[in-house]
Amino acid sequence: MSGYRLARGGIVERARPLGFTWDGRAMQGLAGDTLASALIANGERIVARSFKYHRPRGVMSAGPEEGGALVTVGAGPRREPNAKATQVELCQGLVAGGQNAWPNVRFDLGRVNDVFGRFLAAGFYYKTFIGLGRGTAQWMFFEKFIRKAAGMGSASREPDPDSYDIVHDHCDLLVIGSGPAGLAAAELAASHGLDVMLVEQDFALGGALLASTETIEDQPAAAWLSARLAALKDVRILPRTTAFGLYDTNVVGLYQRVTDHVSSADPALPRGNFRIVRPARIILASGAIERPVAFGDNDRPGVMLAGAMATYVNRFGVAPGRRAVIAGNGDSVYNDAIALARAGIATTLLDAREIAPPELAQAATAAGVEVRSGYLPVEVQGRSSVNGLQIGRPARDGHIRPERALPCDCIGISGGWSPALHLLSHRGAKPVWNAEMACFLPGTTPAGVAVAGSVAGVWRTEDCIAHGRAAAADAVKALTGKKPRAARAPEPGGWANPIEPLWEVTVPGRKLKSFVDPQHDVTTSDVRQAAREGYVSPEHMKRYTTLGMATDQGKVGNVIGLALLAEALDQSIPETGLTSFRPPYTPVPIGAFAGRARDRHWQAERQTPMHAAQVHDGAVWLDAGLWKRAWYHPAQPGEGLREAYVREATAVRRSVGLIDVTTLGKIAVQGPDAAEFLNRVYVNGFGKLPVMKCRYGVLLRDDGIVFDDGVTWRLGEHEFMTTTTTAHAATVMAWFENLLQTRWPELRVNIASVSDQWGGAAVAGPRARTTLQAALAPDATGGDISNQGLPFMGITHARLKVADGEIPVLIARISFSGEMAFEVYAGSGHAAAMWRALLAQVKAQGGCAYGMEALGALRIEKGHVTAAELDGRVTLEDAGLGRMASTKKPFIGNVLRKRPDLARDDRPQLAHFQPVTEGETFAIGAVVCAEDEVKGHGLGWITGATVAPALGGWLGIGFIKGGPQAWEGKTVVIADPVRGAEIKARVASPHQYDPKGERMHG
Amino acid sequence: MLRIPCPFCGPRDHTEFSYEGDATVVYPALDASEEAWFEAVFLRDNPRGAHSEVWHHIQGCRSFLIVERDTLTHEITGARLAHRPTAEALK
Repeated sequence: MSGYRLARGGIVERARPLGFTWDGRAMQGLAGDTLASALIANGERIVARSFKYHRPRGVMSAGPEEGGALVTVGAGPRREPNAKATQVELCQGLVAGGQNAWPNVRFDLGRVNDVFGRFLAAGFYYKTFIGLGRGTAQWMFFEKFIRKAAGMGSASREPDPDSYDIVHDHCDLLVIGSGPAGLAAAELAASHGLDVMLVEQDFALGGALLASTETIEDQPAAAWLSARLAALKDVRILPRTTAFGLYDTNVVGLYQRVTDHVSSADPALPRGNFRIVRPARIILASGAIERPVAFGDNDRPGVMLAGAMATYVNRFGVAPGRRAVIAGNGDSVYNDAIALARAGIATTLLDAREIAPPELAQAATAAGVEVRSGYLPVEVQGRSSVNGLQIGRPARDGHIRPERALPCDCIGISGGWSPALHLLSHRGAKPVWNAEMACFLPGTTPAGVAVAGSVAGVWRTEDCIAHGRAAAADAVKALTGKKPRAARAPEPGGWANPIEPLWEVTVPGRKLKSFVDPQHDVTTSDVRQAAREGYVSPEHMKRYTTLGMATDQGKVGNVIGLALLAEALDQSIPETGLTSFRPPYTPVPIGAFAGRARDRHWQAERQTPMHAAQVHDGAVWLDAGLWKRAWYHPAQPGEGLREAYVREATAVRRSVGLIDVTTLGKIAVQGPDAAEFLNRVYVNGFGKLPVMKCRYGVLLRDDGIVFDDGVTWRLGEHEFMTTTTTAHAATVMAWFENLLQTRWPELRVNIASVSDQWGGAAVAGPRARTTLQAALAPDATGGDISNQGLPFMGITHARLKVADGEIPVLIARISFSGEMAFEVYAGSGHAAAMWRALLAQVKAQGGCAYGMEALGALRIEKGHVTAAELDGRVTLEDAGLGRMASTKKPFIGNVLRKRPDLARDDRPQLAHFQPVTEGETFAIGAVVCAEDEVKGHGLGWITGATVAPALGGWLGIGFIKGGPQAWEGKTVVIADPVRGAEIKARVASPHQYDPKGERMHG
Repeated sequence: MLRIPCPFCGPRDHTEFSYEGDATVVYPALDASEEAWFEAVFLRDNPRGAHSEVWHHIQGCRSFLIVERDTLTHEITGARLAHRPTAEALK
């Protein structure tokens, strides 16, 4: 027999039917249904196949603890696997289906795994493929079959078509959970002026009240709930919002579902919001989760939690069957049985306790329930559905003696209640075992976090309400100093009759397949096996058996598993310990954490002010950190990288070229002690640098390794502009700030980043001066760029002719290419005009714009270093810059750079490498080896390789132990095992091209 | 998420800051001995409990702060500007 919709009852809207599709079949539910309740109403029993054994599974709960009805929701790029049908809100047009089954969950060929189950027990993965050598290969062969047979649903491989927002929130009080305790807390706190947020994971507010038939404060539960909600008008209420994680300083992660439940959602809306809330106080009113009991085949479709059964009847107006057995060990099952009986379901109640509480038994009997005390469930009868339950009684020897089977088509189980204290565990708060109530209770809560209601082991609804009010009164007092009237917080407890701990029902001589964690197919024998094999810590047992892992996070089977482990080890539960629960409490779409930061919004894209002009001219782009830099400038469409860069670099060597150098970091260093500051941070001196002169400098780290390099311009007595590499612009800025704020507070220096304020372009080549001269306007106060007026490393102000007039520029004679060169800087607003004006003159001189690749070729040929060489392992000497270090003043890194190991002369040092055979090439990253020992890390490595525009042929730059001093003229092998090449090359000094610098200085 | 009370900006998420190391380290003079520099650069205590740390409000006011943080509980009990003259001026 299957489930069905009851003629009346529940808070579903019977006038609003909703059509949906299950496994390709059209079905109908009602507004207010979850997918689980709608499936039950449609008579679907098997809605899933289990993880390893492919056992048929049905709906087992009515909440996030669901371990059975894991389904796939949505289609195409919106396909989401492993959704808990109990948490999926039904909407018109919803598409869902079973998973981990072929052809479908009702008839699944994978069910043969159940027959071979003994091979798939705990530790299967770890043990089966262990073997000398062969294990790995076998594993790799079998893995794809095993993964296919055992598993969950599969996610879409397409990009997520939805958007998500990240919302930063603040409030005085965050109340988590809208059950009786949460509602009472929010109402009291808001009435005293606190800014309250109330979050509820369900789409309906009320928690346990939604399925309650109680009378609360002289009103029916539903009326009490409506009155509370009406009183919460000043509270920010967020339904469909799960507090999935509690973090340091009580920051809470919320995931709010915005459009999942809407049939045709406004495409402008995000699918969900990841809300980061920073509340001053938190009241955790997250309730408690019912525990099952392990007995034979307790995972059959039709077996569910007793409280869930009552929820389906009372809240959703659906019945799980016609003939029910409810089996429990505490008082809570009596109300469940009564709810079923009132809905016309023939109900038998088994109370594991020897004597049923007389008052409760009387009420149940009066409602038509058959009450049997001292009985336990032993084994379910039926495979794909329930057709009976064998029951048993404890005999005098303590063993269970099985008796006859009770015919039934659905079974409700309760092994007690576990407070949902997961969020406290996220903060490392250790729960405390309460033997009397057979559950973990919150221990000391983190400062600012209070618990209220059944999460604290307070079971009676009226006590939960009082608890919520007391916790809210504390929060009001702490935040405002006011002392609201509220009753004292109740003590944990409230059941009239003690619960009798019950974890597992075993019968001597009978092998029962009893599940502890149905989601992961973990049985009681798996737990015992783990204990036998030495996994005696719950953390190890968890990993070995996978009990309570993944989306379950210990909601269903943790306590049973722990109790069984404790029993196997003959110790108490507190002695055995408890695993930590980890965020997220329930799964959160990865997209929510990304928010809007995806695709082009993943990170900022930085464009120089000359970007558009270069786009217009057809430049091909390269990413340099966040920057877009021109890689090369094709002379005509289709010109490839190699042709283009060789042409560009050759133009610079022979005539003139123009390159955008805006991305260099630029830092204004100003103040009376600016020169002193620079003297301390650079290896070379800046104190005597004349005004309107610039100088190349190198920065070391404290440990003596090269950090960065760049040119510093002295613009005035107390005013400098220092440039950094593009890569280190931000780190050098932070380093200078660090030194000035923490180490040398006495220095009167201010620094500011001016990287974005200036646009710069370098005009380089033998015709650079002619070119630049032609671009300049006559200027009475500057602009003399002759060799006398602007010698090497000189600076001048000038005026540049642009399309619509003149702009002021700053020119420095700096060369990175090795040619005569000028770096021209204009305010960012003028930089595009400057680029166009300079490019026109460059072209007039037969030159062209050049990009990063040509820049690389030129600097490799010249032997100048970049970040590729200055990789955090290199000393001044390694880079061939040892002579720059001042001996007249101390500077950062000067002491530790002299450590013996950094001063050895057999360290890898900068060198040039040229193939012996013309036409051969090698690549960046290749290993430099001695000819007779081509192996391992060799003697060095290649950091740059290029066609050499002036020297001709292929040219590499890199490092070799001992440097050119030891190797110049000798032959080495440049090995590239990854690409399968070994090239003979000759080592040379990195200063082959114009070693005296006549071209730069001329 | 840690919340760091920046003297300029108020309480802010730690994601706006970058951690810059142990605030108890006293860096020696630039011409001090190799031993002194070795100790300052490489040797660190790993205290359990109260600790002074340097944090850079890199996505905020760019101040370097001395933050008092408990390494065991993550509790932050104070933050002040590392730059003493400015800290004095703010008093």
